[in-house]
Amino acid sequence: MLAYTLRRVLLTLPVMLFVALFVFGLLSLTPGDPAVLLAGEDATPADIQRIRQTLGLDEPFLVRFADWLWKVMHGDLGVSLFTGLQVSQMIGQRLAPTFTLMIMTLILSVTLAVPLGALAAWRHNKFYDRSIMMMAVLSFSIPSFVVGYLLAYAFGLELRWLPVQGYVPFSQGFWASIRTLILPTCALGSVYVALITRISRATLLETLSQDYIRTARSKGVSNKGILFRHALKNVGVPIVTVVGSGVALLISGAVVTETVFSIPGVGRLTVDAILRRDYPIIQGVILMFSFMYVLVNLTVDLLYRVFDPRIKY
Amino acid sequence: MTSFIQVFKRHPTIVVGGFLLSLLFLMAIFAPWLGTIDPTALSPIHRTRVPSEKFWFGTDLLGRDVYSRVVYGARVSLTVGFSVAILSAVIGTVIGLAAGFVKWIDAIVMRIMDGFMSIPTILLAIALIALTRASLENVILAVTIAEVPRVVRLVRGLTLSLREQPYVEAAVAAGAGRVRIVAKHIFPNTIAALTVQTTYICGLAILAEASLSFIGAGVPPSTPSWGNIMAEGRALWQIKPHLIAFPALFLSITILSINMLGDGLRDAIDPRMAKRI
Repeated sequence: MLAYTLRRVLLTLPVMLFVALFVFGLLSLTPGDPAVLLAGEDATPADIQRIRQTLGLDEPFLVRFADWLWKVMHGDLGVSLFTGLQVSQMIGQRLAPTFTLMIMTLILSVTLAVPLGALAAWRHNKFYDRSIMMMAVLSFSIPSFVVGYLLAYAFGLELRWLPVQGYVPFSQGFWASIRTLILPTCALGSVYVALITRISRATLLETLSQDYIRTARSKGVSNKGILFRHALKNVGVPIVTVVGSGVALLISGAVVTETVFSIPGVGRLTVDAILRRDYPIIQGVILMFSFMYVLVNLTVDLLYRVFDPRIKY
Repeated sequence: MTSFIQVFKRHPTIVVGGFLLSLLFLMAIFAPWLGTIDPTALSPIHRTRVPSEKFWFGTDLLGRDVYSRVVYGARVSLTVGFSVAILSAVIGTVIGLAAGFVKWIDAIVMRIMDGFMSIPTILLAIALIALTRASLENVILAVTIAEVPRVVRLVRGLTLSLREQPYVEAAVAAGAGRVRIVAKHIFPNTIAALTVQTTYICGLAILAEASLSFIGAGVPPSTPSWGNIMAEGRALWQIKPHLIAFPALFLSITILSINMLGDGLRDAIDPRMAKRI
């Protein structure tokens, strides 16, 4: 187990190094002078020189990369071209709403989707199954920002139950803050729920057709007993895998959802950075999210054993 | 006619999805003849009109006809969807077959693919777009780079399991060369799964383009694309919901029809899978 854990942790290093090389190298790979490009159309030569100096574009590539990587490993993600502030500081200030949104979405999706998937599998090819699968295809196909506008229109503008847009920080009250995130959570969760419902249903269907379930049934175990004591125990691993790999969807979705609901999170920061061509911020955000994604999937891999003690390394 | 009913009964999702998608295709091709006007024509006097007989879907902030913009928007979405699907299928298959057959390529390529796959699609595209000028080609390129690893993984996995099959061993024993084995025995057996995957990628690419345009990192703002129309309607949507409702509806229908087609194709190609996902 220890050997496996070590090997698995070591395997994430080349992946992280590649991501770092990619976001950093992109700046040099793009045709033309990156400083001119980032400065925009009506930049003065002084602006361009300033950007070139901020990014250290005068040095050779490998020197720059090593220097930058060293700083990144010490938490220094560089300086924003627009505000002149530390990128790590700017991202740090925006983390709270984004992470709260993601965690709420994760909790909502898993608590909603696993029972839905189980119900669909249990009523295979019956009314509930058909309706749940139809809903899953629908919510898988409607983009989360469209769902966001629909929800904001229905529950915000028409019914006035929840705030249409905006965000209240935790410092101004826990529930007031959570209230502003309910609609964004539902919007962001729609795709995720569909994904987890489908995989839960598929896994449970597969499990229900196994020999040991037939054995349990033949020795007279009740339907309830089969579902809760025999079948559901064995669906953990595939579901956890999808929850882990689905975090990528969650990250992409958060950027767009924050734009719909005007939430001042990391996604908004990224969108503003695109408009201002503030590449250091984009670089920092990608590094952070990719690191997080790799970490989540590392945790998932290591959790397999907890969910399925039969797995040996 | 009877055969059509049979096909419909067996695979209703293919028929419905395929039908909706063909309608959208026709709409994109015949956009100029569908009662549209120039989608970029400004008309400040007619700003933000609600839907009426003259302006079916209303007009936007600059007085442009939303109906015309939405109809022309289908061109952008379908171009991106199909270009990305075909490009990533071709590039991914070549790399995947090579990785599945040559050990040293596999070791290098799969690490790179793992790296790409750890960057969420939208962020990968944002990084590429931020450093280039906004254009349709750059969006296609960016989304293709993000989608290629999925195809590589699929094709590599299939190749690895197919090369262990007895008939491949027989071909090796009979003295067939590597290229011949890949072309005649391996590749044809990946096509079915590849088709399903490519269909989903088409849907994902359309979604990615719309999301990117919506946040200002997509096709140039002057291009009528569904994501751009929604982005422009963002400021006023609470008072004029029609500015975003129509592009949102068309975007959702397009992705839905592609996903239905994908689900149907998967069920048709692999009936064992039909029961599962």
